[in-house]
Amino acid sequence: MVGIKSYGAHIPRFRLDRNIMQLALLFLGFAPLRGEKAVANWDEDSITMAVAAALDCLKGEKSGKVDGLYFATTTPTYSLRQNAGIISAALDLNTNVRTADFSDSTKSGTAAMLAAGDAIAAGSLESCLVCASDCRVSKVGSNGDYTYGDGAAAFLLGKEDIIASIEGSYSTSHDFADRRRLAGERLEHMWEERFIRDAGYMKFIPEAVAGLVKKYNLNIKEFSKVIYACAFSAAHSTLGKTLGLAPEQVQDPLLNNVGDTGVAQPLMMLVAALEEAKPGDKIMVVSFGQGCDSFYLTVTENIAKMKDKRGVKQNLANKAQLGSYDKYLAFRKQIPAEVGIRGEEMVFTSFSIISRDNRELYGMVGAKCKQCGTPSYPLKRICPNPDCGAVDQMEPYRFADKKGIIFTYTSDFLAACIDPPASYGFIDYEGGGRSLVDFTDCDPNTLKVGMPVEMSFRIKYSDEKRAAVNYGWKAMPIVS
Amino acid sequence: MAEGIKDKVAIIGMGCTKFGERFDAGPQDLIVESFMECLADAGIDKKDIQAAWWGVHMPDISVGRGATTLGLTLKLPFIPITRVENFCATGSEALRGAVYAVASGAYDICLALGMEKLKDTGYGGLPLGGGFGYKMPLISSNLTAPGGFAMMATKYFSKYNLNPQDGKMMLAKVSAKSHKNGVLSPKAHLRKEVTVEQIINAPIIAWPLGLFDCCGVSDGAAAAIVCRADMAKKFRPDPIYVKSLQIAVSSGEEMMYTKWDGAHVEPAYRAGIAAYKEAGIKNPREEVSMAEVHDCFSITEAVTMEDLQFSPRGKVKEDIDAGRFNLDGAQPIQPDGGLKCFGHPIGASGLRMMYEMYKQLQGKADKRQLKDPRIGLTHNMGGFPSMNIVSVCIVGK
Repeated sequence: MVGIKSYGAHIPRFRLDRNIMQLALLFLGFAPLRGEKAVANWDEDSITMAVAAALDCLKGEKSGKVDGLYFATTTPTYSLRQNAGIISAALDLNTNVRTADFSDSTKSGTAAMLAAGDAIAAGSLESCLVCASDCRVSKVGSNGDYTYGDGAAAFLLGKEDIIASIEGSYSTSHDFADRRRLAGERLEHMWEERFIRDAGYMKFIPEAVAGLVKKYNLNIKEFSKVIYACAFSAAHSTLGKTLGLAPEQVQDPLLNNVGDTGVAQPLMMLVAALEEAKPGDKIMVVSFGQGCDSFYLTVTENIAKMKDKRGVKQNLANKAQLGSYDKYLAFRKQIPAEVGIRGEEMVFTSFSIISRDNRELYGMVGAKCKQCGTPSYPLKRICPNPDCGAVDQMEPYRFADKKGIIFTYTSDFLAACIDPPASYGFIDYEGGGRSLVDFTDCDPNTLKVGMPVEMSFRIKYSDEKRAAVNYGWKAMPIVS
Repeated sequence: MAEGIKDKVAIIGMGCTKFGERFDAGPQDLIVESFMECLADAGIDKKDIQAAWWGVHMPDISVGRGATTLGLTLKLPFIPITRVENFCATGSEALRGAVYAVASGAYDICLALGMEKLKDTGYGGLPLGGGFGYKMPLISSNLTAPGGFAMMATKYFSKYNLNPQDGKMMLAKVSAKSHKNGVLSPKAHLRKEVTVEQIINAPIIAWPLGLFDCCGVSDGAAAAIVCRADMAKKFRPDPIYVKSLQIAVSSGEEMMYTKWDGAHVEPAYRAGIAAYKEAGIKNPREEVSMAEVHDCFSITEAVTMEDLQFSPRGKVKEDIDAGRFNLDGAQPIQPDGGLKCFGHPIGASGLRMMYEMYKQLQGKADKRQLKDPRIGLTHNMGGFPSMNIVSVCIVGK
């Protein structure tokens, strides 16, 4: 039976209080929105958040067995150069993996899930990783500006050891232009909120639920959780009543603590539902875009094995207040910010190097000497152990999944950085090896020699002149 | 069997520009300024120079690559000129080229000239840019020079259990001492006394280093004319003799292996040992009268005192507290104010340091003059503590 083998999620560490937004934006009008939203750090985007969720998902899994990777987002970093390919490189998956991007609609995350399930059912893939991630930017003071949050979910689908089986699906398509971005546009256009609510959510979600129930002869009461995407809090609760759900059947849409994460929203809700699920539970998932995908799952005994996942729960607990709307605008490049003339100096981005050394740069794969066992990064042909010095005796050795401790560090105000100081240092990795890396998601005042860290795939810098967003691995303090 | 270079070469002339933010002077102005003083000091004619070594570290922001700039600027008559570059030891590397060429017997008289024009970049600090290749920014951290050395301070504090206050106090004394000396140096960029309180309370540049823990960024040039030792006295009664000039380069062990403690600079220790051996120095703490070391940052000077065996490992704080390295101390360091006050026009720095040792040994250091120095040492360190090149040059009467 085809189903979910594992799940993972990522919520950026920074939260932005909507009251802070309101204060900054009051001149444009009052927005009755509460709570906070998760905002990506300056070095995060859809790709890096998908990688973080995927790492959470693949923890304890054999990543060598993954032969498919589908990535869903409405905010792809590249519109030419496959984003899923970058995620695959960061995860150091085999090269014989089928990768695809699913885009253009907030229902593309569920589309990717269903496509992966179907490929596995058809026997053309053995296991497929599905990542859904969005990092949407809207006009200052717009509804999207307030409501959108950033986040990602990931699922590993397969046939064996599944924690929840995918039982059936039902999809609809409506050319419903609630939100639009023309190709090449950065900020979206949104139609009237009341129209989206009444002619969109209120109509399409019940239609998709009814279609699924009818197709498989189900009873809505037998579901322990029903997940349906919705950008608006009030509409989400009204929908629960319309669908005839008891309050405990309604999965929290995360709008007040994360925000509307677009493509990722229904799938992050699914992660949250699975975190609380018991064997035998039935869960329904309904996405919303230009129409809906609905599907339902039955939770198996294996759900008890899902430990050590950050999931939604731990990610929600790990947070820091951004505290400033201006900073949010600068992080998302909504306003040009001065980072000094030093910041204008740009080293040429060479894609031959990125190609040749792809495993080293994106996979953080170094070397381990077969003669003396010394791990080293970056990759070198001669062993750095002065007592060894073996030549061409190296085997690939991944550092990205190793924990480490801070050997030494600094927090640098001279370095060009949108969020100074730039903290970086040398890391000594468990099992050996040392390298110099940037730090991220850290409070400079808490850094210490000997502090435990783990690695995170992040944006290093953008080279817009050459259409390059350059990624790499950074160290961040281990939380909990 | 190699014999080394001890006492085979003499310095008979030197020149050094005023260092500073020379917004009014182009690279060629600086070259000419240092060269004319040097030539007059040596008392020779331009046509007596048989070969030249020309040091500039970042030619792409000033004069471009190759050796033609020196030939064209000084109108040198078709002699062999080599451009050298070796990070912050570029100036010493130029001197090494000239000294070794004379020692080899290939030439009688050679010129070494180093220049750097840094203040045309429009921003503070050293431009790192593409100096480490296209790949470096993709794989390494968002590194700056102060950050790279700040990490050594972090590690030094941690290794020797110095809390940040005591550690910063130790470093503040290093900078305060140099600022005091800099006041007496007419050619220095920064000529102002600074108190340890001001230093400790200055804005942080890269934790734990503050503004006054960092050397200045300046424009400047310096030059030396060297000749066969046996002919030196024909030109002047007080030539200075080169006892050794050694360079050591990182092997990758520090950066990629896990044995390095992060609180010292291994090539400095190694270059020191090699230089002392060649110069016949058994006890550097007692025998080296004075030194100009590479104080790009206060922590670099402190650690260098240990690497060069002026202070025992982990004990430099005691010597700093005791004032050992002050102008009136037992072993004055940076008598001219160091990089701290001169700033660090990279190609020029090694030769600027030698200029001070030369003047001190000749008794011409004016208000900074030390009492009868016998042996002077210059030290440059280029790169970062984890991967670098270090030069140590020892000179005497």
